[in-house]
Amino acid sequence: MRHTLVALMEDKPGVLNRISSLFRRRNFNIESLTVGHSETPGISRMTIVTAGDRAIIEQVQKQLYKLINVTKVTDVTDEPAVIRELALIKVTASGAARSEITGLADIFRAKVVDVAPDSLTVEITGTEDKVDSLVSLLRPFGVREMVRTGRVAMVRGSNGQKKLEIRGWRLEIGKPNDPISNF
Amino acid sequence: MKLSGAHIVWESLVREGVDTVFGISGGAVIHIYHALPEYPIRHVLMRHEQAAAHAADGYARATGKVGVCMATSGPGATNLVTGLATAYMDSSPVVAITGQVPSALIGKDAFQEVDITGITLPITKHNYLVTEVEALPMVIKEAFHIARTGRPGPVLIDITKDAQAASLEYEYPAEVNLPGYRPTLVGNQRQIKQAAQLVNDAQRPLIIAGHGVMLAGAEAELRELVEKAQIPAVNTLLGISTIPETHPLCLGMGGMHGEAYANKALQEADLILNIGSRFDDRLTGPVSTFVPEAKVVHIDIDPAEIGKNVPVDLPIVGDAKNVLQALLPLIEPTSHPDWISKINEWRAESADRDILEQETDALVPQYVIRHIWHATRGEAIMVSDVGQNQMWEVQYFLHQKRRSLLSSGGLGTMGFALPAAIGAQMGRLEETVWAVAGDGGFQMNIQELATIVQEELPIKIAILNNGFLGMVRQWQQLFFEGRYSGTPLLGPDFAKVAEAYGIPGFTVREKSQVIPVIEQAMATDGPALIDFIVEQEENVYPMVAPGGSIADMLRRPSPEKVQKGGGSK
Repeated sequence: MRHTLVALMEDKPGVLNRISSLFRRRNFNIESLTVGHSETPGISRMTIVTAGDRAIIEQVQKQLYKLINVTKVTDVTDEPAVIRELALIKVTASGAARSEITGLADIFRAKVVDVAPDSLTVEITGTEDKVDSLVSLLRPFGVREMVRTGRVAMVRGSNGQKKLEIRGWRLEIGKPNDPISNF
Repeated sequence: MKLSGAHIVWESLVREGVDTVFGISGGAVIHIYHALPEYPIRHVLMRHEQAAAHAADGYARATGKVGVCMATSGPGATNLVTGLATAYMDSSPVVAITGQVPSALIGKDAFQEVDITGITLPITKHNYLVTEVEALPMVIKEAFHIARTGRPGPVLIDITKDAQAASLEYEYPAEVNLPGYRPTLVGNQRQIKQAAQLVNDAQRPLIIAGHGVMLAGAEAELRELVEKAQIPAVNTLLGISTIPETHPLCLGMGGMHGEAYANKALQEADLILNIGSRFDDRLTGPVSTFVPEAKVVHIDIDPAEIGKNVPVDLPIVGDAKNVLQALLPLIEPTSHPDWISKINEWRAESADRDILEQETDALVPQYVIRHIWHATRGEAIMVSDVGQNQMWEVQYFLHQKRRSLLSSGGLGTMGFALPAAIGAQMGRLEETVWAVAGDGGFQMNIQELATIVQEELPIKIAILNNGFLGMVRQWQQLFFEGRYSGTPLLGPDFAKVAEAYGIPGFTVREKSQVIPVIEQAMATDGPALIDFIVEQEENVYPMVAPGGSIADMLRRPSPEKVQKGGGSK
């Protein structure tokens, strides 16, 4: 099953490499990975789409937690969440095709962001399904170039972050009250 | 005070309590070595950086303190890799410091430049590239904190030459601030209560005591639990010496070459209390066949270990000492006479099959280990290499003292014994340290004989010399049609090699010479090396065939099929 994980991490050199190296080494699958700034300066936010059974997703989360630079991991798959992807699609367009394409873009609430004599570039934001639909409708016109960002996600409402629970047992990971130098 | 980066390194190490560093100098650490004589730190000059990493690892395993190794950039740094991977697999607290080319040259393929933080990413708990002296004090503080806390592990600090040379008004930070690193030390009380209930209700409980017990310093708590609830304990390879092996409830090692009775106990137990073991495949065999009757409680400081290999009925994340201290008051004193007498029957049956019970004049390696055990009264720190010699060490030396078996478990690194013994001896100068290796592994770090002499370390070395890469030969004999491909091994006259380094060397070919020569070596001031020319095709028994359940152990074939004196264990 596909899972969407949101990870917060310190914005330090090599952190992206640590994450991708972890996925490679542990033989975890990455369908998409998107990273950018979060609301906190110095903290990056990564959305990872990965596939696997329950045990694998459990391992993915726990192994991510072990990276020193990762501060928080949340599985938002079963949470009510806003999930978006952005795509830019450059389509061959001349003559009558142009109005057909802009018509399709309107239906999808997409925007035409660049106009050239023989092509249009359409920008769309939405779930993967929505982006996929538009892409398949545009294909017959001739898609010359396309870029998709991968998924970003945010839990709806006040705060979606929860404790890691494994089969009903709570796994205490990174409890904020731990005296960190008590060993 | 204003200090250079090089001085900051040493000053900070001193503040972290470091008294010994294992390393080799070079162009990219020349500033650091230049400052060394100003500090009260003993530098052990190794002959290969791999050995420096193993020595730091050995020091850490023997003392529980952080071991430190140092190397220059490029090849110096890459030579550390095997040692760091060894320490990583076995959760050993090591800090490695490497020099790096000047920051302006990074990425230019400069002379002796290598991306060592990239290379060691998957084999260190964390690592750092320091290009500015301002970052250095906090990085060193964090590195030691990360290496020694939680589940320990190696941390590498790569410092550019310009950062070593630049100066800074030095202040060592009192605390670290690592929001993403907060190991869970105290177990969940509700889960601990549940565990106590399971223990109190069990008819055939069994403890698996792993390395986590040692790392947490929970040996006393383990013993109290074993005795209070009369629960037998099986050790993992790295858990050996967490409970004295002569204790009637200690069953020794389980798994592939474990004791047959320990494996039977695992198969028949109705409760497994795993304390600080990661259910390594050498212990479990195919997971689907492992502990079929048992509920499994898993205590581990690393949440990622729980459920990774073996499904768990009750997890407890926490430090083994804390968890056991919380658990003990909830445990009712009890006994399991039927269970224990059953195990003791199995144990007696195994003892009857012991090869040392057989009449033979052959010099078998088991006999050598047993007599090192006798001669040292089981009190020595044994540093094993990897392969057959390692398994015989485990089977025939009954460890009494805590932290008295040092062995490369997870990575299985041949060549570990000699350099790790150097680290162990440096950490425990007053104690007797034996390095035990095969003729194959010994030749992988033989150059460290020079280090022993230079540092005047009284390490005793036993080579179980069978002229083969023995464990692989055993597999070839049993599972690969007896085709000895790439395993027959020529070695030098090891006694002469030792003499050439200035170490008294002995060669033993006769069984009758084993005891007197061990005694002679023990009586020798300083180091000594004994080359035991043992039976070439002796096998480690019992064993679990690859892919087989630990319930089905391969026993020694009947005597006429093997060389003289072959009994079965």
